[in-house]
Parts: sequence; structure tokens; C-alpha cells
Amino acid sequence: MVDLEAVIGLEIHAQLKTKTKLFCACPLDSGAEPNTNICEVCAGQPGALPRLNAKAVELAAKAGLALGCQVNASSLFARKNYTYPDLPNGFQTSQVDPPICLGGVLEIAAPDGPKTVRLNRIHLEDDAGKCVHDEKRGKTLVDLNRAGTPLIEIVTEPDLSSSAEAVTFLKKLHELLVDLEVTEGRLEEGEFRCDVNVSLRPKGASRLGVRSEVKNLNSFRFVGQAIDSEIRRQTGLYRDGEPVLQETLHFDSASCATRTLRSKEEAHDYRYFPQPDLPPVQVDEALLAALKASLPAGRELTRERLAGLGLGEEQIRLLLDRRGAVEHFDQTVAAGGEPKRVAGLMAELFLPACAKAELSPASAVFGPAGLAALATLLDEDQLGRRAAFVIFDELFSTGDDPRDLARRRGLLQISDAGALADLAAEVLADHPAEVEKYRLGQEKILGFLIGQLMRRSGGAADPKGAGRILSDLIKAGQ
Amino acid sequence: MTELWRLTLVEAGQGLRKKEFSALELVEACLERLKATEPLVDACLTVLEEPARRRAAELDAAGWDPQKPLWGLPLTLKDVFCLSGAPTTAGSRILEGWKPPYEATVVKRLKQAGAIIVAKTNCDEFAMGSSTEFSAFKPTKNPWNLQRVPGGSSGGAAASVAARQTPGAFGTDTGGSIRQPAALCGCVGLKPTYGRVSRYGIVAYGSSFDQAGPLARSAADCALLLAATAGPDGLDSTASLHPVDDYVGAAEKKPGELTLGLPRELWEGDFAPETGQTLDEAKRRLTAAGVKLKELSLPSLRFSVAAYYVLASAEASTNLARYDGVRYGRRAPGPEDLRDLYVRSRTEGLGPEVRRRILLGTFVLSSGYYDAYFRKAAQVRRLIQQDWQAALQRCDLLLAPVSSVQAWPLGAFIDDPLTTYQLDMMTLPLNLAGGPGLSLPAGLGADGLPVGVQLLGRAFDEAALLAAGRTLERLLPPVGEPPLAA
Repeated sequence: MVDLEAVIGLEIHAQLKTKTKLFCACPLDSGAEPNTNICEVCAGQPGALPRLNAKAVELAAKAGLALGCQVNASSLFARKNYTYPDLPNGFQTSQVDPPICLGGVLEIAAPDGPKTVRLNRIHLEDDAGKCVHDEKRGKTLVDLNRAGTPLIEIVTEPDLSSSAEAVTFLKKLHELLVDLEVTEGRLEEGEFRCDVNVSLRPKGASRLGVRSEVKNLNSFRFVGQAIDSEIRRQTGLYRDGEPVLQETLHFDSASCATRTLRSKEEAHDYRYFPQPDLPPVQVDEALLAALKASLPAGRELTRERLAGLGLGEEQIRLLLDRRGAVEHFDQTVAAGGEPKRVAGLMAELFLPACAKAELSPASAVFGPAGLAALATLLDEDQLGRRAAFVIFDELFSTGDDPRDLARRRGLLQISDAGALADLAAEVLADHPAEVEKYRLGQEKILGFLIGQLMRRSGGAADPKGAGRILSDLIKAGQ
Repeated sequence: MTELWRLTLVEAGQGLRKKEFSALELVEACLERLKATEPLVDACLTVLEEPARRRAAELDAAGWDPQKPLWGLPLTLKDVFCLSGAPTTAGSRILEGWKPPYEATVVKRLKQAGAIIVAKTNCDEFAMGSSTEFSAFKPTKNPWNLQRVPGGSSGGAAASVAARQTPGAFGTDTGGSIRQPAALCGCVGLKPTYGRVSRYGIVAYGSSFDQAGPLARSAADCALLLAATAGPDGLDSTASLHPVDDYVGAAEKKPGELTLGLPRELWEGDFAPETGQTLDEAKRRLTAAGVKLKELSLPSLRFSVAAYYVLASAEASTNLARYDGVRYGRRAPGPEDLRDLYVRSRTEGLGPEVRRRILLGTFVLSSGYYDAYFRKAAQVRRLIQQDWQAALQRCDLLLAPVSSVQAWPLGAFIDDPLTTYQLDMMTLPLNLAGGPGLSLPAGLGADGLPVGVQLLGRAFDEAALLAAGRTLERLLPPVGEPPLAA
């Protein structure tokens, strides 16, 4: 049998982080009693009309900017018609042509190396309510609190080829949108959910196979399992020479398998047409400029910037993974710390201490100024690495000045060239025999001379500097 | 003193201001007239007798208020306007028992202006129809001849105003539903520019066409009602931000200063003999007074009926999707399952004309038909808008008949939807173009039934339209009061 490859595309629904619903002033509150956060607009009462939440438009445009989309100056809402008890108007208000954002990309670290996943579009739409099935009373009840909740739907091109890639992509997208405060992204609340489209084709073929769509997955694990299950099922069909049917599937997490929700014949004809109750959605230049300015650098840009400062991959990862770490790093560098040294200190000492104390970087009493001072002591060889480890816990818990503490502990090294040179001259004058041996090529004897110098300095001299100065003086005396 | 119910809005307003009578006396007179005429015309679905009395007494107690231009004036509302706490049926069984939990912007503004809502008037179901015979509750009769229809869909409003139940009413005009019944009942009806008056709280039919407007007995009365309701509304995103002009004070024009364009496509059809004669006489009078009449051609108008019924039905089909028996209104008892609940609630709750338009609208939006019907009709609409603007550059306003026939016998076309749709030919172009129109009585035909003409204007220039309307009212023969044996 020919080798098959999977072609996967995703449709992600993310709930926007607004205070109110997309088309009315009702609050978004997932914990409220059923049907308390509703009004005539979101409950579909006759005669009520929608009015667009400007914050939702901003957040959708912001997501588009961060994902490299083209943000349209004017886009349109459309009615997507279907009937279900939790859909109060009998249509969903969504966008078709043009949506608020087109195109875009997201780079991911796929198992076989970096991969660019293209986005098709981002559009705005409202969420439906919920049906609650009351088994005891044998009734289905409708709760419209969620109806009218603002969502963006992000549609990818079919650029993914495995469950691992899809999950990597989703995690990265989730992290980005949460960081941007476009969404709260609480998966357990359904604030970030995904439909996956899966098809198979002979490896290397350009034509797409028939796809199936698995709806409404609200955990990364389920996405992975659903894709794997679909690939297994479709592979089986290919092996048996059976056709793959275009259908919509439901993933049952208990059995880890998909089952048919509706076939192609039963697919809805949504009868999209322009929503006459809403004028075009405008995103003007001023708003775009303001959004661009407000955009935090974004993870990818931050990664590039940190790499440009010479930080190692592992250090970058550690900084990116902890909320507030990059900001703390930047403040420390601004306070005079050398970037690589600061990153090393944060990775080895500061961040682990934060984790242990369950503190965010910003709330640690040992602030950026202290960390910068510590980095400088190390850089200038006034403090040894081992000494830094010894005093760090105390610094972290008290917020003391590193130089003061090091001095009090007698750990400060003399690396001042003048002071060292005086001591070195004394040592050389007291040990002419050893100096002579060194001159004749017995370089190991330098260690003895350094030891003498260290003793004279009371252990405060920087041994590296001392060695350099001693050998320089001997050579100069020839 | 004349009976108070005979007064026009402007006259009644003056009487109230001069304290010749109280708001309660005026409301009582109207309620009495309403009770006397209602068994004959069946214009109302709900009479708000006690609330109207209470409101009048409150106003009287507070005293006349110069800030309230409609102080103490009794009005009716077509039963598509949400009035909190009162039944709002839109003439449909499916909304039977529903009371809106909120109020339409128009209603709020009328109340703020001091108006007293006396009744909710009958209409074709969801404002779909031209005779009010498609009301699920009862047909309304024309006060000029009780065997005839009042027109529609705001037939209850027009019949009520003509029968002098109240001096003014609010209706809606999606394809002629204010202007045509006004013409058939011999009153004045104004369809403002789309977006001039908020649609918030008006049960929707065709959202890109629906527009609320007044029916009364003079252009000045209509100006008063428009002034109290026009303007932007934060609750309706399609309500225009265009500034509101002074409709009441707009200077009347001399006949010699008026050039009216006559769209050939609307004047050259077949007219019923009495209608044609009355229209010819109207034109003769205008010309004799010095009004310049100028024939024009707007070729795209011949596609109006087709384009309108595609677009308005498409919008209606999804606007009415919410009436499913789940949340409010009529629910079929004992459904077997969800599908049965939907099918039976809608089958029992929606009448034949509404079903026809839902089917038509669903069809034209369906995959594979959208381009051939909906998209094409939307293109025609843009053509009509262009023709409209071009024509209005060559004259002050357009003048057209409102209907090719006068009020027809009840039941005459009830099984002939295509003929009824064709009868809308003269009112639909304005709704497609989006501008304002004013329907005025042009006189009585030899058969004693009113005939109407309409002035059609530029978008948001209701002031010019109403000023010209006042001029024409003086030149055209008054229709007087219908011979109601009340």
C-alpha cells in the first residue's frame, strides 16, 4: 500500500476578553444563574437590534496584527442561518466576505524543525446559548447567558501534518492570544476551542483528499487524540478500499473515537447574506496605529531580540516561560547588568528562587537594581561564582545590596590592579628563589606565588587577576 | 364647539395649549368615537383605554408643557411597535400572548413628547400584505365603504385615522405600507428616509427597507409627528446621524416655484377608470395653479416588483426564524420532539402570506440560487438608486400615483398573490431607492372612494417634501370625512 500523509487544518474559536457581549451591554459572566445576563437583544426578542462592541473589534484587529494578517479597513457582518433552541435569533451573526482579517502566519517548532503555518482568515462572530438537558425531569432547558458572547474564529490553511504539529500550533496560538489579552483562554470554560479538519492523501500528492471535520474540542489532549483517531480511521478505510465520506464528526473522549454527527447530505445550507442591521465594521488608520503601538513585542519578536543579545536557547526558553521574567530581565539590563550575565543569573538563581518562594519576578524584594549589581560584581571579578551562590539566598530574602553583603562576609575580591600590584611586588621581593625558578621555565611555581599573594590579601584577591599581575611583573623584571 | 375627535393634530394641540379643553376630555372624546366606529371598521387590536385615561389625567395634573410638542395628543400605534407591558402581535397568532419586556425608541420618544397611546392597530401579519386581510385576527374595513379593504399593511392605522378615532397614528412602510393605505383611506401618510426614524423595537419584516412613519390628516400633522421621532439612536446602528431639519417650520412653496417630475414608468400603466380620472383631474389642477410637471423616465423601475420581493422576502425569511415556539409566543402543545415543536408551532402560528414569503426568501438565499436571485436583485436595487438620484437632479420632487386602483372589495385578491404584488408597483421603487415619500389625498373618485398621489424626495430632505405637501394640499380637492354611520 502507498504511504499516506495527513493534511490537517484547524478552526479555532477564541472568546474575546471584553466586559460586555458583542451586540449588547450584557456582562460576560460564566458563573451567573441561568438567563440572568440577558436582554432583549441577546435573547432575540422581536424588534431588538444589534449594536457592535467596539472593544471586540479592537481585540480582533489586535490578534490579526500580532499574527501578521491583513486587517481590513472595512468588513461586513453576515447572517448565518440555522435553527437550534440555543440560537435565539435563528441565525448567528458572523462574517464571510470580507472578514476583519485575512491571511497571516504562525511559526512553530515542529518535530522536524521550524514550520510556517499559514492562516486563512480571522473573523468576528457571536456565540450561541446553551441547552441544558435535565435528565431527572426529562426536559431540555435553554440558558442564554452565553448567547451573544464575542468570539473570533481563526481558520488555518491545511498546513499541518500530524497531531503533534497541530497541538504545538494550538499551544503556541493560545499562549500568544492570552499574552496579548485578546482572550482569557480558559479551556475548561470553552473560551478556546477547536474544530479539526483531517484528510489523507498519498505522500507527495498535491490534491487534497476528502476531509472529515471533528467539532468542538476543548482541550489540547482531545485535539491530539481526535486527530490520531481520525488518521487511524481514514487509514483503515484506504486500506480496505472504502471511500472517506465528507462528514461532521463528534469526538467521544471516553472511547477516544469519533462518531458521525451529520453527513454531507445533512450538511446545513447556511444561506449567508449581508446582515442588514449592522453597517460595515470600520478599522481606521488611527485605530490600527494605536493597536500596533500597544502591541507587546510578541513572543517571536522577543525571542529574536533576546537571541540578538547573545542569550542561549535554554535561557530564552526559561525567560519566556515564566510570566514577567522577560520584563524583569529588561529592567535588570536597563539598571546596568550585562545581558548574558543577567540571563545566566536569572536562569540559575533568580527564577528558581522565585519558583520556590512562589513569587512572581516583579514581587521579589531582590529587585532589578540588586540583580544588576550582582551581575556587575561577577563581571568585574569582584565576586567569585561560588561566593555568589553562597550569598544569593540571603540576597533574595532580604533584598540587601550585594556589594555590602559580600564585603560583610569578606567575600569581596581585590581585583583593583594597583592594589594587587603592590601586594604582588611584596610577594616577589620576599621569594626571589621561586621567581628565579619561574624565569627558568618552571611555570607551575606561579601557583605557589598566587597562594602567597592570596594569603597576604586575606583571601580577598581575585586569583585570576593575581596570576596575571605576578607573571607580568616577573617578565617586566627581566 | 365641534366634537373634539374631529380636530386635526395641529388643531387639537392648539386647543390644549389654550386650555380650551383638557387632555382627558380629548382622550375621552377619542375613546368614545373609537367605541362607536370600531364595530364598523375593526381598526384596532388592543384598546388601551385605562392607561390612556391615566396618562391624560397625569398630564393634566402636571399642566401643559412647552417642552412637549405632542402634549396630550392621542395617537395609535401599528401593532408592530413594542410598547412595554401591552400585547404586541404584529397581526400574528405566533406572537399571541407575548408582551414586550422593553419599549421601541419611537414609542419612548412619542411618550417623552407628551403623546397618549390610545390603541394598537391592526395590520397584515408581520406587515406582509396590501389589504390588512392577512391579519390573523380580523380584516379591517375601509371607512369609506365597509365592504372594501383599507389597504395595508398599516390598514388599521389608516382606517382609524380616517374614521377619526384619533388624529394621528404611527405605522411602518416596507414596500408602501404607510402610503398605500393612507391613499385608500383618504389620509396623509409619510414614509421617511430609511434610517431617519429608529427601527429599534419594531417587529422586523425587511430590515433594509422597514421604516416607521406617521399617518394623519395633513402634512403639517405628519411634520409634527416626524419632528418628535426623527434622529439618531444609539440602539439602532442603521439610524442615520444626518442632522434633523425643522419639519414643522419649513417654508411652504408657491405653486409656481415647484417643478415635479412624473416618472413615465409609474404613470403609463392601466388605471381603474375612477382612479385614472381623479389623477388626471389632480394633474390638471396642479398645472392650472402653476406647478410645472415634467415627464421623466427611470427605466430600472420596471424591475422594482421582482427586486423587492426577492430582497424583502430574503430578509423576512431570517427575521422570522426566531418564531420557533421555544422562547416566547405560541408553542404547539405536546410536541413529540424538537422538529415536531418547530413544525407545528410555525404551521399553526404563521399565516399563508407569511409562509409564502418565508419560502420565497429561503429559496432565493439557498446555495446555488443566491447569485441568480439575491445578488441580482441587490444589483437592481443599486440601479434604481442611481436612476432615482439622476431623476431628482432634474426636478424638485417626483410625483406619482400611489395605487392603480382604489380600495377593492374584501376578498377580491385574497387567493391571487401575484396580482396583489403587482399592485405594489407604484410604492416599491421608493423603498428600493431609500428616500422619503408623502402620500396625499388627490380627491374622491366618482365611486366615492379616495385616490392618492405621492411626492417622492431626496434622502433626508423631508422638510422640502412636507413643505411641498402643504402646497399640494391647498391645490387638490379635499376628501372630507367618510360617511360613517357611527
